Amino acid sequence: MSSPVSTLVNQPYKYGFVTDIESDTIPRGLSEDVIRLISAKKQEPEFLLEFRLRAYRQWLQMSPPTWQSVTYPPINYQDIIYYSAPKQVAKKKGLEEVDPELLSTFEKLGIPLSEQKRLANVAVDAIFDSVSVATTFKEKLAEQGVIFCSISEAVREYPDLIKKYLGTVVPSADNYYAALNSAVFTDGSFVYIPRDTVCPMELSTYFRINNGDTGQFERTLIVADCGSQVSYLEGCTAPMYDTNQLHAAVVELVALDHAQIKYSTVQNWYAGDAQGRGGIYNFVTKRGLCQGVNSKISWTQVETGSAITWKYPSCVLVGEGSVGEFYSVALTNHYQQADTGTKMVHVGPNTRSTIVSKGISAGHSRNSYRGLVKMGPKARGARNYSQCDSMLIGHEAQANTFPYIQVQHPQARVEHEASTSKIGEDQLFYFQQRGIPLEEAVSLMISGFCRDVFNQLPMEFAVEADRLLGLKLEGSVG
Amino acid sequence: MLIEHSETILAVRDLTASVNGIPILNGLNLEVKAGEVHAIMGRNGSGKSTFSKVLAGHPDYEVTGGTLTYLGQDLLGMAPEQRAQAGLFLAFQYPLEIPGVSNLDFLRLACNSRRRYLGLSELDPLDFDDFIQAKLEIVEIDPAFLQRSVNEGFSGGEKKRNEILQMALLEPRLGVLDEIDSGLDIDALRIVAKGVNTLASPQNSTIVITHYQRLLDYILPDYVHVMEAGKITITGDRSLALELEERGYAWTEDAPEPLEIA
Repeated sequence: MSSPVSTLVNQPYKYGFVTDIESDTIPRGLSEDVIRLISAKKQEPEFLLEFRLRAYRQWLQMSPPTWQSVTYPPINYQDIIYYSAPKQVAKKKGLEEVDPELLSTFEKLGIPLSEQKRLANVAVDAIFDSVSVATTFKEKLAEQGVIFCSISEAVREYPDLIKKYLGTVVPSADNYYAALNSAVFTDGSFVYIPRDTVCPMELSTYFRINNGDTGQFERTLIVADCGSQVSYLEGCTAPMYDTNQLHAAVVELVALDHAQIKYSTVQNWYAGDAQGRGGIYNFVTKRGLCQGVNSKISWTQVETGSAITWKYPSCVLVGEGSVGEFYSVALTNHYQQADTGTKMVHVGPNTRSTIVSKGISAGHSRNSYRGLVKMGPKARGARNYSQCDSMLIGHEAQANTFPYIQVQHPQARVEHEASTSKIGEDQLFYFQQRGIPLEEAVSLMISGFCRDVFNQLPMEFAVEADRLLGLKLEGSVG
Repeated sequence: MLIEHSETILAVRDLTASVNGIPILNGLNLEVKAGEVHAIMGRNGSGKSTFSKVLAGHPDYEVTGGTLTYLGQDLLGMAPEQRAQAGLFLAFQYPLEIPGVSNLDFLRLACNSRRRYLGLSELDPLDFDDFIQAKLEIVEIDPAFLQRSVNEGFSGGEKKRNEILQMALLEPRLGVLDEIDSGLDIDALRIVAKGVNTLASPQNSTIVITHYQRLLDYILPDYVHVMEAGKITITGDRSLALELEERGYAWTEDAPEPLEIA
């Protein structure tokens, strides 16, 4: 590996700083008492405490999944801090009351929250460790009847909506990590788009894990009422620590008749260092329910960070003619491991789904696509198209594809295409011999490979995603 | 064409190089002046392709001794892309396929990197479209071919023509054509050779690497060199190529080094 390619300096993780801020942190460990404490701190109604405790009891009976193609030492759940919040942050009326240290943290992350600087057409909910610190454009959205706030606030302000939808798409005992999340979730975003309303701006939540020993368990719920539309984007970063941190989130989407939800993620958690030390364990359950006729849910994800990714944003297509989409780029480098994909569960007739997955593996990483397409007994005329492409960089990386297909209706149609390619030293040399430098060559090839997915992202984030992948791969070829 | 007192484009002195620790080039000497066409012939494994890779700066090839001077600059201190930008062009024996990157984008980037070096303005996609049309005719390429991914699914002949198209766009001072004739039928060979000849000028020079004299019926060399065991053992004019074809490479082994046949 003496090639000049490998001598390219590895771009350090830009978001690895720690904010020095006084926190309200509870002791390590998990028990019913801890759950009661979290619930009390958040001043939750009784039904939610019950929901948490039920989930906790179910979780105690469950064991972690082992079918995924990733390896890591067992997690000691008693060694994690389940609640950590920056002090004096609760119930801010306006941004001027938010700790300037927090504002500057988000500004450094490229998410300015202050009135003058914030992104013009994106409303942001900023979450720091266990709590939401600020939500922008709330009032403006409220004019249209759009609710966009932290889930803690929603629990207090809109308990009926929460009661009606929380846990309906991802039941608390759905899987080990979803059960854990249901028991201890601390914050996240809530979105409700009223009937026949097109949300006037992009909604975005930015997650930041700061504390080294805190797990982040956020919960997001988006409900799009009949005929409404919303586009939502999630971003995440974390400081660099030598130890692994657990991030176990649950995201639930509900689309009623003719409603459309577009959910995009640019995941850039700390991935660990070049030797595989540290980094986030990203064990996330994301699912959307197309409950109404002709409803549509579209997932777009760009996964670049985390030491381990275990994530399958899925669609349950119940409403007749509903549409599910999954567009994914998963990039792994060094010793990262990703087992990610989707589930498209076709329940109703004439439902359609599209899966486009692009996996890029470099270094010693392992990158698996795992996807289920299920055509139920009533899925007459349902169709799926899946395309899974893998790209390998270097000689030590691994790519796997695990497609599962179950068809229970004779008139359902499933298509699956897959390919594997490689960025070789010789291809890069070819670019160089034409005067094109390495970085540009790699990024050209990667953008070409990912174009179908990037085209699905909101414009400004597509550019960002393109750049991010380029940075992540520097020094990986050799 | 031989021009008196013309500029030296490339000077190679006692060049030695190895791949994975195995010496391949063993004291190669060569001087190429503006306007000249040199042919390097030799059997498989004699080091011809290695020489072309060393010129272009392929990372797998380690230069262990000697000097490489290009237009007065030390080539060994230059990265591959710098050599390319300075006008050293290698037409690959096996051009690589680059899926997902359109030929048009690739060509424009390459062209602009050379233009930047020359202090010319970069061409935007529209200007480039006009610029490339004339070049397409040189190698008789269908414009539809620009929309495809670089070399992906191209036939052997299309790949070679694409190489010459790139040469036409980059207008190099030194073109190194590594077995440009391999895998070509006679029509494609004629087109490729015509492209090379069209691009020749008193300012530029060309090194043609080949096994077969056939190519030299179309691209007329001023010098023919025979390479054996990593160095040039015989240098002559075109008649040397004809003699090689008739007698094979075996007879050259007896030749004392370096033999001049003029």
